[in-house]
Amino acid sequence: MPEPILTVRGVSKTYKNGPTALKSVDLTVERGEIVALLGPNGAGKTTLISIICGIVTPSSGSITVAGHDALGDYKAARRAIGLVPQELSTDQFESVLATVTFSRRLFGRSADGGHVEQVLRDLSLWEKRHAKIKDLSGGMKRRVLIAKALAHEPELLFLDEPTAGVDVSLRRDMWNLVHRLRENGTTIILTTHYIEEAEEMADRVGVISSGELLLVEEKAALMAKLGKRELDLTLVEPLDAVPDGFDEWHLALADEGHKLRYVFDAKAEETGIPALLQRLGERNIAFKDLETSKSSLEDIFVDLVGEKR
Amino acid sequence: MNLHGIFAIYRFEMARFGRTIWTSLLTPVITTTLYFIVFGSAIGRQMGSVEGVPYGAFIVPGLMLLTIFSESIFNSSLGIYMPKFTGTIYELLSAPLSPLETVLGYVGAAATKSVVIGLVIFATAHLFVDLPIAHPLLMPLYLVLVAVAFSLFGFALGIWANGFEQLQVIPLLVVTPLTFLGGAFYSVTVLPEPWRTVTLFNPVVYLINGFRWTFFGVSDVDVGLAMGVTFGFLLLCLAAIVAIFRTGWRLKS
Repeated sequence: MPEPILTVRGVSKTYKNGPTALKSVDLTVERGEIVALLGPNGAGKTTLISIICGIVTPSSGSITVAGHDALGDYKAARRAIGLVPQELSTDQFESVLATVTFSRRLFGRSADGGHVEQVLRDLSLWEKRHAKIKDLSGGMKRRVLIAKALAHEPELLFLDEPTAGVDVSLRRDMWNLVHRLRENGTTIILTTHYIEEAEEMADRVGVISSGELLLVEEKAALMAKLGKRELDLTLVEPLDAVPDGFDEWHLALADEGHKLRYVFDAKAEETGIPALLQRLGERNIAFKDLETSKSSLEDIFVDLVGEKR
Repeated sequence: MNLHGIFAIYRFEMARFGRTIWTSLLTPVITTTLYFIVFGSAIGRQMGSVEGVPYGAFIVPGLMLLTIFSESIFNSSLGIYMPKFTGTIYELLSAPLSPLETVLGYVGAAATKSVVIGLVIFATAHLFVDLPIAHPLLMPLYLVLVAVAFSLFGFALGIWANGFEQLQVIPLLVVTPLTFLGGAFYSVTVLPEPWRTVTLFNPVVYLINGFRWTFFGVSDVDVGLAMGVTFGFLLLCLAAIVAIFRTGWRLKS
């Protein structure tokens, strides 16, 4: 079995005068994988990435990137990594071409114009190569950051919230780019707080909350868990208890008997909703409103944390 | 050794210099000319000579160092402060660069710029006064040494600073007064006691006198001591920067 591109062992981080940002995280990523780290804001996703990239010093634990110890042999480890940060931090007065070439050289590569040109063309930046970064739109700046991260041909690419505040067309481009990079063998780790994004791009999904990596699973397995939806029926007359004859739906009452709640799997072939509504009609249980909602990410985390304990 | 990385930083910093090349080069020429009009022609005529050196020539080393100090500190501190300010420091911290390589890039560029400006002042001064150089090899060497030392100092300052105000406070409130009181425009031997003794605690006195000695072979203080203070200051700044990178102070959390 080939060695993993990334091994994280027992990495924790406690900031000075601050909370514990990470609690003993273990993570192994194989070459060529796309892994999404899913979690709400402040969960520790960026801290974990920053530690692997060398921007934040871990309080404990060890990291191996492409076979190199990220602390001991940091030069070799970092050469293998490209990082696209969440913030749009760029040099304002540089041209696109200059700043991308700068990144390539900073990571120890000679200024190979061919590769830089390829990266700029892939990101539709070639036409803008002589433009000053300050004159670019937000979406173009994000492309520049990606180009900078790819300039030194990294084996492992980190995308920190790649589509936060990004318009639809760029989001599409971003997803296409991720798939293209994977075809070339680049391993990608991205963070997001959108379930859809994890679903669209990743092979495996890690769920991170309050500094803990709760689980890492194949996408399909996790999506089954995350694909739950709720159907709320607002009743005309409140009920004291769930009536007989509805056992197969495992219904629950909410809002002091004013609402009947049904949890179903949106991805299942049969949601069971038509049959439920039919049965309600037969029993003369009238309802005046009907809404379905996705269980929120927070709900999912609560469930996952509950499950784990 | 990540030579590509060092040169990437060096060129990036020199490009910043290049964008403002005319103001960068014209300013010292104009300032030097003004100093010569005021001190050299207007006041200097009444001053005669100091320790056998015509006053106009006497002030040249001090004038050069005055600019070298401020340019080195300014360029180096801004060089490392700006990435902190704009957030682009993430790239520097995640790059395969050792602390030494990072410092070589930033400090090398800042020192290069101030040496160039120092030489421009030197050339401008030639238009006004005769400048015989007693130690033609030591003079440029000393110039480079001081430029490197103050660029290192500026680098540490840029890492320490949390705002533009802090960036300016040390050069304006500490370095410039110490330079003016450090015998840039006079010989400390003309001072009455106790000020003469007090002045000897000002490290800039040694820097200026050491540099002046390379020009005219005269110094108010012991030349060996002057060289020692210059090297000492350089080593002190170097030690501060080593400590900063060891602990990640104000760079890494």
